Amino acid sequence: MSKILTASLDWVDTRFPLSKLWNEHLAEYYAPKNFNFWYYFGSLALLVLVIQIITGILLATNYKPDAGMAFASVEYIMRDVEYGWLIRYLHSTGASFFFIMVYLHMFRAMLYGSYRKPRELLWILGMFIYLCLMAEAFLGYLLPWGQMSFWGAQVIISLFGAIPVFGEELAIWVRGDYVIADATLNRFFVYHVVSVPLILLVLVVMHIMALHQVGSNNPDGIEIKKNKDPKTGIPLDGIPFHPYYTVKDIVGVAVFLIFFSAVVFYAPEMWGYFLEANNFFPADPMKTPEHIAPLWFFTPFYAILRAIPDKLTGVIAMGASIMVWFLLPWIDRSPVKSIRYKGGIFKFALLLFVISFLGLCYLGMETPTPTKTLFAQIFSFIYFAFFILMPWYSKWDNTKPVPERVT
Amino acid sequence: MRKWILALTLLLPGMAFAAGGGIELLQANNDLRDKASLQAGAKLFVNYCMGCHSAQYVRFGRVGKDLGLTDKELRENLMFGAEKVGDMMTIAMDNKDSAKWFGVIPPDLSVISRARGVDWLYTYLLTFYLDPSRPMGVNNLVFKDVGMPHVMWERQGWQKPVYETVTDAGGKTHEVIKSVELIDKADEAKAEQYKKDVRDLVNFLDYIGEPAKLERLDLGWKVIGFLFIFLIFAILLKLEYWRDVH
Repeated sequence: MSKILTASLDWVDTRFPLSKLWNEHLAEYYAPKNFNFWYYFGSLALLVLVIQIITGILLATNYKPDAGMAFASVEYIMRDVEYGWLIRYLHSTGASFFFIMVYLHMFRAMLYGSYRKPRELLWILGMFIYLCLMAEAFLGYLLPWGQMSFWGAQVIISLFGAIPVFGEELAIWVRGDYVIADATLNRFFVYHVVSVPLILLVLVVMHIMALHQVGSNNPDGIEIKKNKDPKTGIPLDGIPFHPYYTVKDIVGVAVFLIFFSAVVFYAPEMWGYFLEANNFFPADPMKTPEHIAPLWFFTPFYAILRAIPDKLTGVIAMGASIMVWFLLPWIDRSPVKSIRYKGGIFKFALLLFVISFLGLCYLGMETPTPTKTLFAQIFSFIYFAFFILMPWYSKWDNTKPVPERVT
Repeated sequence: MRKWILALTLLLPGMAFAAGGGIELLQANNDLRDKASLQAGAKLFVNYCMGCHSAQYVRFGRVGKDLGLTDKELRENLMFGAEKVGDMMTIAMDNKDSAKWFGVIPPDLSVISRARGVDWLYTYLLTFYLDPSRPMGVNNLVFKDVGMPHVMWERQGWQKPVYETVTDAGGKTHEVIKSVELIDKADEAKAEQYKKDVRDLVNFLDYIGEPAKLERLDLGWKVIGFLFIFLIFAILLKLEYWRDVH
């Protein structure tokens, strides 16, 4: 039996690099042995991507991208399709969990300097994944064709109108109409299920290839490739990804699915944070809702937009607040990578940044008041200061000596 | 661009609505597992609501199945037209007519419980009061200047507003409606029964808002239970493999 299997594998290997791929990316990919809690979120983000693709395909088989039928087709899925309600809740909950995973994954990179040389390109590819994810979530949110779908898209697409000279024309071009309409829904559906997922998948593959090219960082921020066994050439602090991290990630998957299922089965609306009550009113172009806010994962940037009184400046600031992340590999000039060996200044700056980010996330969901706008302005200021001043404070920081080997 | 500004400025009065004029919602405390209540609610729904409101995403047959009714019972109690059991709960009233009669098209009620919440619906149905300034002669505590008449007034009796005097930030006093009360005390027993009726009706609206809700709640703990068992094995497997990592 094993002879037949070996022969079959040989037959495949001469025609397709199956064993080579398996070894390069799993069995002989050496990852640092000291990964901690924060290192689960990459594989979990990949898991959510798979959940979204599978549930998304199933939803698309019953959904109708037509302004007259979209809302009804979603209710058809919720009522008449076998386990349609489960598929839909998995998808809607998956969208929010995707962002939770990605935000934690990005925060890990900030903690341990995972974006630093030689991982600049890895970070940039990750940022492009994040941008795609935002586009994907925005496009998908129009599809249920509820009031929030409609007016959320209306507000965001109208931002194009802030661009001087051709802004209005551009907004009409994007919508395919003067307001959000059937044409918009139809094209958003196509972008949501075809264009963006294609780009997203390519980027994810590139992200993993780039990771396996440079090797994983670790909580100490030490390059394990510097200390190799002279005979085998294997990093002394490295262990094969498979089976060690595959079995470890399965534990992460189980814990993740427990939390995920708790939301899917017991709080799919998450008190309006994952599914908004207003979105159970069908889209009505004649009736503007009293309160329009994007879903929670966009609100930090939305809060920055609203914090600035001038519209065009606000739009530019919002764009800049996302783009500035791309610069991280070059503006962090600390001699060490990991927060474990960084000094008090960086830790304090990171703490302020996290508070500001969460504060903006909250404020973006709220109806603005003068006090809230003031806080949004303070948080926006700290947000940008964290990045703009980083070249200096990261350099002045009192760092600790980094050990030779991982701890 | 103007639409965008309009949309943003419309964010401001949001607070006024959210506060609901300072009126606290009553608790519906409905029970989806109470089939008798759901059946009573369904009956009220087809008799009182479906004159004007549809529930066009809901099938009669599904309601019958979920509420434990046979097709015969379903036909005799809930279906008055010559419809098929698999038909949707649609109505014959034309949107153009209703817009002319009520000023608005009565909304479809399939998912109204998810949009408004059960407590809001419960409070809404209990707090109609006489207001001669309105075309239908009634107004509502949680839905100011509502277009709908108090359809079930015979089951409750008429109510009038109770005012209280408040002083605003500018030092001016004005009258605001605090609550509603029955005009005729003789209606009290009837009004108590009406509360139960409304609870049943809201229960039914909650059910049609998400017919799979009970299935969801009953499946969830099984899935989570399985995952906990799976987690134990996953941890044991991980520990076994990692014994040789130092």
